[in-house]
Amino acid sequence: MQQEVIIAGFGGQGVLFAGQLLAYAGMDAGKEVTWIPSYGPEMRGGTANCTVVISDEEIGSPFVQNPTAVLAMNLPSLDKYETLVKKGGVLVVNASMVNRTVNREDITVVNIPANDIAESIGSKRAVNMVMLGALLGNADILSLEDLEKALEGHLPERHKKLLPANLEALHQGAAYKVDEGVMS
Amino acid sequence: MAKELIKGNTAVAEAALRAGLEAYFGYPITPQTELLEHLSGRMPELGRPFVQAESELGAINMVYGAACTGKRVMTSSSSPGVSLMMEGLSYIAGTEVPAVFVDVVRGGPGLGNIAPAQGDYNQIVHGGGHGDYHVIVLAPASVQEAVDLTGLAFDLAEEYRAIVCIMLDGSLGQMMEPAEIPPMQPLKTEIPDWAVRGTNGGEKRVLTSINLDPPAQEKMNYRLMTRWQTIEANEVRYKGYYLDDADFVVVGFGTAGRISLSAVRAAREKGIKVGLLRPITLAPFPKEILDELTGKVEGFLVVEMNAGQMLEDVRLEVRGRVPVEFFGRMGGVVPFPDEVLAEIERLVEGPLTTDGHPRDRWLARMADTLG
Repeated sequence: MQQEVIIAGFGGQGVLFAGQLLAYAGMDAGKEVTWIPSYGPEMRGGTANCTVVISDEEIGSPFVQNPTAVLAMNLPSLDKYETLVKKGGVLVVNASMVNRTVNREDITVVNIPANDIAESIGSKRAVNMVMLGALLGNADILSLEDLEKALEGHLPERHKKLLPANLEALHQGAAYKVDEGVMS
Repeated sequence: MAKELIKGNTAVAEAALRAGLEAYFGYPITPQTELLEHLSGRMPELGRPFVQAESELGAINMVYGAACTGKRVMTSSSSPGVSLMMEGLSYIAGTEVPAVFVDVVRGGPGLGNIAPAQGDYNQIVHGGGHGDYHVIVLAPASVQEAVDLTGLAFDLAEEYRAIVCIMLDGSLGQMMEPAEIPPMQPLKTEIPDWAVRGTNGGEKRVLTSINLDPPAQEKMNYRLMTRWQTIEANEVRYKGYYLDDADFVVVGFGTAGRISLSAVRAAREKGIKVGLLRPITLAPFPKEILDELTGKVEGFLVVEMNAGQMLEDVRLEVRGRVPVEFFGRMGGVVPFPDEVLAEIERLVEGPLTTDGHPRDRWLARMADTLG
């Protein structure tokens, strides 16, 4: 069983850290994992993305053309990755940053106003955790508990005071179910 | 010991340090810089020299000098920087002192770009510097393998008084994977009997690469070549996947190898009997297993992130006995598994030929997208 997740957005949206957290959670759950960023000059002020592969066996390619899940944190990321999500896969869209609907009908789409939710928690920078929560709440990748543990274990020491807000963001994201369209 | 999620560059740096690296000399260049950055913090912590040289030429010549003391020393760079080191590497080879260097290969030729590539194969495996010498070349495909081979690199360098290159590519340098880094080794206290150490009134030792007497230089060349024969006999390493019943075999190293593994698995799911041979030592090259496979399979597909450099070494071993095809991406473009899968399917469908050159056929196929 292999899951491939691409997380994409603007630099500064916590794209790379969200990916690392997912990788940590996978590793701590005993899986094989790879995390690879786009490390080119496009990182400076432009789009940032990373690919996380979580698998039960030795991972071949760390690069994935058709991922099983995508977190699109902004419109350029949605435009780039909408057509690439594997059939039957999951596309989590940050509805706060996107002004159009998703065209694909052969994938699960989670439209979540992640910026609004993060702001309501009082932590604008927790957008990435809302998005990650929404992924785990709507796809069978890892348990929310796996991710909570990774967050507690790997949030940098200087950011430890942000842990409660990040956990709350994760939970609110995970509670946002695709069929409901509203927060449960 | 627990595994940690760690970047390839950082992991190699920490593994080298724990293997007893006593001095590091380098110059920053993407996508290798984290290696140097990590050591810039860790080496001074341990009271060991870390020098950011004025250039790659400075760095490799500092390595040369320091290697003459018999200590574990290294440098690291990426393609354009490694090109600058070639003169120094030849001098190190000519002086028969052990040294380790890391090349985190990027897109080229020229200044190129910072994306992952394998275009340095010919330069690293088949020469680079002038004169008759060989470099032991290790090509890991994962962060853990890079860690393991880093320790091995120092052992091999010392055992054979040789240069060992750990050849990564940009993606392996930048990728994070779980890896277990071995515990800290004590520094060597023994001084090899060839090393300079300050005579203090004792026997004088001279290390140099100048040898103005051709017959003496020829003897030295002979020694290097017969030593290489020993290395070829003892130090070949590779990993095989699904080879037992394979009708076709993909050959790829490093990142191209692991991308091919994904393609091979996908092909297996479709019922295609294909395996993967992933050379870990590019020099010495795994000739015997290739020869053995040539007698059993219907054809090979060589996959590289260059225009077919290892391809020539595979062809040299297969010697036209079965068809060899090639697929590569160049200039920092990384192939996706689906592209390799399509090539495997094309190989299986045939028709195959042993006429002509696989590179010509590949270039013709690429004309639609790149021409």
